[in-house]
Amino acid sequence: MAANRFNAFTDYGIGIGLRAPHYRHILSRKPVVDWFEIISENFMIDGGRPLHILDQILGQYKVVQHGVSMYFGSAEKPDREHLRRLKELVKRTKTPWLSDHLCWGSVDGRYTHDLLPMPYTFEAARLTAQKVREVRDFLEIPIAVENVSSYAEFHVSEMTEWEFLNEVVEQADCGILLDVNNIYVSSQNHDFDPLTYVNSVPAERVAQIHIAGHSKFEKYILDTHDHPVLDPVWKLYERAIQRAGHTATLLEWDDSIPSFQEVHREALKANRFLADTTLAVAV
Amino acid sequence: MKLLTLQRAVARAVMQPLTLSERMQRTAPGGGRMSAYAARYIRPNDRLTSFERLEIYNRQYWFRVLGSMAEDFPGLRAILGQPRFEDMCRAYLAECPSRSFTLRNLGARIETWLRRNPKWIRGQQTLALDMVRLEWADIEAFDGEAEPALQLKDLNGSSAATLRLRVQPYVQLLELHYPVDDLALKVREDDDADFASNTLTENRKSAKIQAVAALEPRQIFLVVHRIDFHVYFRRIEYEEYALLSALRSGKTIESAIELAFQSSSMSEFDRGGYLRNCFQTWATLGWFCRPEEIHAR
Repeated sequence: MAANRFNAFTDYGIGIGLRAPHYRHILSRKPVVDWFEIISENFMIDGGRPLHILDQILGQYKVVQHGVSMYFGSAEKPDREHLRRLKELVKRTKTPWLSDHLCWGSVDGRYTHDLLPMPYTFEAARLTAQKVREVRDFLEIPIAVENVSSYAEFHVSEMTEWEFLNEVVEQADCGILLDVNNIYVSSQNHDFDPLTYVNSVPAERVAQIHIAGHSKFEKYILDTHDHPVLDPVWKLYERAIQRAGHTATLLEWDDSIPSFQEVHREALKANRFLADTTLAVAV
Repeated sequence: MKLLTLQRAVARAVMQPLTLSERMQRTAPGGGRMSAYAARYIRPNDRLTSFERLEIYNRQYWFRVLGSMAEDFPGLRAILGQPRFEDMCRAYLAECPSRSFTLRNLGARIETWLRRNPKWIRGQQTLALDMVRLEWADIEAFDGEAEPALQLKDLNGSSAATLRLRVQPYVQLLELHYPVDDLALKVREDDDADFASNTLTENRKSAKIQAVAALEPRQIFLVVHRIDFHVYFRRIEYEEYALLSALRSGKTIESAIELAFQSSSMSEFDRGGYLRNCFQTWATLGWFCRPEEIHAR
């Protein structure tokens, strides 16, 4: 049963990111995992081992695609070659939805390979929403945009980050991949209340949730994905689940990656909150 | 301010090279003070100035792209040494920033760029270029396309005078002036060991330097290919290289054989058995694609 029209996959419990150090364990031990999230760009290639591994995973597990370089917020048009390759991969994985970030990272055809924060302006919201719609129409699958963690804010911003997110998803009529760790990181870097953010997001659009660990430095927090999830992030997750209902949840662990079992154990902690949740309780 | 204007300004600062101490430059793109440039676009907070906030992204960018180059070109790094390699990469990336959605293609233009900018490999030009070609071929062989492989039955009724065999797209053919395959394998072996144990790093660094210093020029012909999704280097003879190159360029088998033996010292008598053996091996390794008309059926 769908929790909302952007979250038709409540049976997708708790997933983890598919990462190379775990390939052997997954393929030989076949652990029970609800689903894997793949980084689309790692598989947008012509052949070879990555696609061979992916095909084996697809034969046994549910897979959802998550991108890192669509750059919905870049002022330029989507890259046609990128879209073509992405569509090929979408056909291969049959991903039920596709997510990428609410950020920019390329300009004039030059790529920074980073998730750069948006200026929260009405012009940026309009252009970003337009691009989300174009990508969705081309790929013909539901899109969810993910809030990023950030270390800078622009003078030109005309609204808060959550108002910007809401503006984009309303105009694009798309889903949200709510990253509660990113909300926490940004809240510490920009001095806002993370609960205000979680409470302001349209719960009926939350299609997926990300959880992850981060690192504290003297003057800011960095989104490093190299630690277990910290307590304040679990608290935000609990609140997000209370609002959005049972939602597909994924643990990201991308650096200093421990054993598969350790990553999976950490992800399954989300069950503490999911187990108590009924469907579609927008509060 | 228009979105595009802001993104151009911020990207210029983010992609501007770092100082030697890996900090953001004090001078902004186009001149002027970077602190003023950053302050025009970015809000400070009570802990970080606009400059410091922008610097986080500037440093992240360079750490990411330099890390990617080091991962893709460990052999070139061993030849040039770490400091020179990093300086070279900074210059390359400043002139040839990524134009692809994937970091996989970051080094796609480095061979051409080094040929235009030989000062970065002065004294080791041929060796360095050989290594760059090998390491790029490795990337292409790893995830290049594999078409359905040719089967014996596909050749029924074919004539060497008209048959054109297509070499698999992932198979890379190289003519090299140094046996850089040995060096590349040595470097990787050492890097793997370094990863496992840091205590041996210094010894291994000097072993790597010795391996580079000891490398004498010697022409080799190499196929970079894959078996069971793992990349391998296979040395071949000149005649094999010439034959495979001719087939790849679209020649018929008959013409390719003619070209392969044009400057060969191999006796006519030996050629038949040699060719049979070559084609058998290549077919077993799956290096030929099925002819397009059969594949389409």
